Formats: sequence, C-alpha cells, structure tokens
Amino acid sequence: MNARVLIHTTGGMVVALLLAGCATKPYDYTNYRAHPPRSILVLPPLNESTDMKGTYGYLSTVTRPIAELGYYVFPVAVIDQFLKENGMPTAGEMHQVPLNKVAEIIGADAVLFVTLQQYGTKYQVINSATIVRVRARLVDTRTGILLWEGEGMGQQNSGGTGNILGDLIAAAITQAINSGTDAAHGVCPMANYSLFYTKDHGLLYGPYSPEYGKEK
Amino acid sequence: MSQVSRWVWLPVLVILLTGCASPTLYTWGHYEDLIYASYAAPGSVSPEMQVGKLEEDYQKARAANKRMPPGFHAHLGYLYFQLGKSDQARQEFETEKAEFPESAVFMDRLLANLNRP
Repeated sequence: MNARVLIHTTGGMVVALLLAGCATKPYDYTNYRAHPPRSILVLPPLNESTDMKGTYGYLSTVTRPIAELGYYVFPVAVIDQFLKENGMPTAGEMHQVPLNKVAEIIGADAVLFVTLQQYGTKYQVINSATIVRVRARLVDTRTGILLWEGEGMGQQNSGGTGNILGDLIAAAITQAINSGTDAAHGVCPMANYSLFYTKDHGLLYGPYSPEYGKEK
Repeated sequence: MSQVSRWVWLPVLVILLTGCASPTLYTWGHYEDLIYASYAAPGSVSPEMQVGKLEEDYQKARAANKRMPPGFHAHLGYLYFQLGKSDQARQEFETEKAEFPESAVFMDRLLANLNRP
C-alpha cells in the first residue's frame, strides 16, 4: 500500500534508486575493473513484453546514456543491419552471436545484452501507467567474463498524481516529448537512467569521461 | 490544459536538469530520433531526409565547436551508402575512425565492403 503510493507520487526511478541504494549491497565491480571496456556493442534487446514496438523503441534510446558515460558505442542501427545481412534476422539470433566473432569482426571490447521485461502502457480506471523495465548484462568479448549486470525501470503515470512538481520532474527526466502511440519509447530514458546511472549499481565511467578512473 | 502546460514546460525543465547538472560530452541533434523514426515509421523518413537532418546537425555542432556522438558518422556514412554515394560514405567512415579509434575494425570492414565491386 505504502509502496504503491510512493510509486505514484515519485515515479519508478526514485523507487529504483531507493531500492538499489538501501536494500542491496553495492555491485561488485572486480571483473569490470579488471577488464575495463573502451567500446560497447549494444545488441537490439530481447523483447519479453507483448509490444512488438519495444525492440526498436528501446534500441533508439540506449546510445546516449552509455556514450555520455564515456564509452564508444557502436552505431546501433548500422550494427543491426550488419547482423541481419550476416544471417541474424532477429534479436534472438543476435544474442547468440559468438563473442570471439564480435571481437574479431567488429572489434568491440564488450557486448551489452539487454532484455525488455516490460514495455507498454497499462490503463487503469482514472490513470494510465506507462512502464519500461529492463535488465542488462555486459560481457567481455575476449574472455566471456560477465563484467556487470543490472536492472532498471521507468514509469510515467498520466492523470496526474496531485504532486505537480513531482509530475513535472518525472516527466522531464523521461523526456517523453513524443508520447502518442508509443508512450513507452518516451519512458526508456528514465529506465536507462536507473539502469546505468544508479550509484554503486550502474555502469562505471568510460575512457571519454573526465570522471574516468576517479571512482573508488 | 494541465496536459498542455506540462508539455510546454518540459523542454525548459529538461534543459535545466541536463544543462546545469553537467555538460554533455556530445551534441546529439537528431541522431537517436531519426533511428527511432526509421524503425517506427520507415515511410516517413527517407535516407535523403535523414542525411539532410544529420548534415545540418553536424554543421551546427561544428560552428559551436562541439563533438558528434560515437556512431554518428558511421550512421551517416551508412545512409550515404544506401543512397549509392560511395565517396561520401567512405569519407564518413573515415571520419568515424579518426574521431573514435575504437571503431577502426568495424569501419575498415565497412570500407572494404564499399570497395567491393
């Protein structure tokens, strides 16, 4: 009951931060630090949601947060096309790609495997809630070692919560300027923020960031 | 009404939140929006139109002495390739490689494909 009120007033990201910050231990970055990637290949996500638009609605939002952390991110649409032309027509097949081939043919240090657990809008009596839930695994292409894994969630409620400032901030973070038919696309930045930027649980800074290597 | 005012304020808040907190590393322009559009409504964004938008983004960024994000020039090169403009495609792949040496293996592969008859 309290949790539900909290979700409605502050948005999923804050809840995710609270949960991640208080309830669980910091992520163990030992492997990540031992094999720090410069470049990350993000594959189109596996889509466990019922919305077919999820795969590409999400894929087109993932470059920015990772690049702004300081990594080279391969051009997602070019990679998608390249893999399709090389016998991998679906995200499912792409996720089976041999890691040594990714290193050899594309030169990526690490691959990010994303799974969309939820993507879409639930309509309730008065409000509707658009939710994107993702989990991701970052794997070193040369050793196959898991460098990092995490989960993220973004939620936007329409109908208003009564908390105008909370609504505005949540809405701004989602950057959900183009709602329309694919509102979940606009919520992806929020899900990505909680996935990649949550302190002690997100990705570390990459080599193009001025913060690179300064983390404890 | 409240819906309208929310959308009006949104860009302002986005600028405040993202602009003040920390400067971004790159100028993003239409890069991700066009990727989304090309999948969500392919008919609405021809490669010509996408090239036009991206070149415009690039000119603006250059004038402001800002960097384009990783993948931008590779993506632009790929669009030129789709339009049959191999010289421009080659130039963009080379730019990507020069800007981001991490892309060299992949760019060399795309360049080799361009040179194939």
